[in-house]
Amino acid sequence: MDQSPLLPDILFHIGPVPIDRAVSTTWVIMALLCALVALTLRGRRVEAGGVQSILEILVETIESQLREILRRDPWPFMPLLGGMFIFLSLANLAAIVPGGKPPTGHIETPASLALIVFFSVHYYGIRARGLGAYLRKYIQPNPFLLPLNLLSELTRTFSLMVRLFGNMMSHEFVIAIVLMLAGLLLPIPFMALGILIGLIQAYIFTILATVYIGAAISGTEA
Amino acid sequence: MIEIVSIIGAVIAVSFGAIMPAYSEGRAIAAAMEAIARQPEAAGTLSRTLFVGLAMIETMAIYCLVIALLLLYANPFTG
Repeated sequence: MDQSPLLPDILFHIGPVPIDRAVSTTWVIMALLCALVALTLRGRRVEAGGVQSILEILVETIESQLREILRRDPWPFMPLLGGMFIFLSLANLAAIVPGGKPPTGHIETPASLALIVFFSVHYYGIRARGLGAYLRKYIQPNPFLLPLNLLSELTRTFSLMVRLFGNMMSHEFVIAIVLMLAGLLLPIPFMALGILIGLIQAYIFTILATVYIGAAISGTEA
Repeated sequence: MIEIVSIIGAVIAVSFGAIMPAYSEGRAIAAAMEAIARQPEAAGTLSRTLFVGLAMIETMAIYCLVIALLLLYANPFTG
């Protein structure tokens, strides 16, 4: 391996901006999701057809999972968390499609998602409990713990990012190394394992974001 | 010389970074299995908590892996 796999592989340029494979995979996923939702919602009926039933089952499963963790009405958080889970599942599984490259295997996509989680935790926390009560959480149980509380905010966002990025990138690495050492058919079990890893990482990212938001709005410790 | 030391450093980071997370993940899974066997109706809550805990533990191993990959592919000292 002479070329670092951390480098982006550039597909084409829009003006001076280079566009790499991971970014275009993100755009394809976004376009697919928008088209799917638009087509399904245009023909929606009370007696649902096939695609609409699948989407309803998906949404209801996510909703019941979030309700168990948050222990309150999850609908205000469904657009963020449900959308994040569906996008992450598709993004982590993008390696199955020939030519697709998981955007989560590069640091920028997990970083932006972790930043979204970081800011929305504070937004929902302040909106649910008011600024004073929310900020008082940081000097609980003792004002001496303020630096540690602030530090834990940063480290948990960082670990959210590195967990997703590290898992997806290292899995790509493993497949590349096995392919280089062993040839054609041996990477197949590893790729099957990759489906499991991708789904579990999407699940864990969403669950952790939910736990953080739940802790912020209820005032308990995460 | 720096390359050789970097490779040795990466190997040590990955190997020691794999031992303890593997051990502690094994202990966590064993405890969760025991709890599910005692109380099968709590399996949903237990396995969700188990997954989140495993992710937390595994982050440590991933940190070591990221350090090792930085040493191998983005080493700041080799230029």
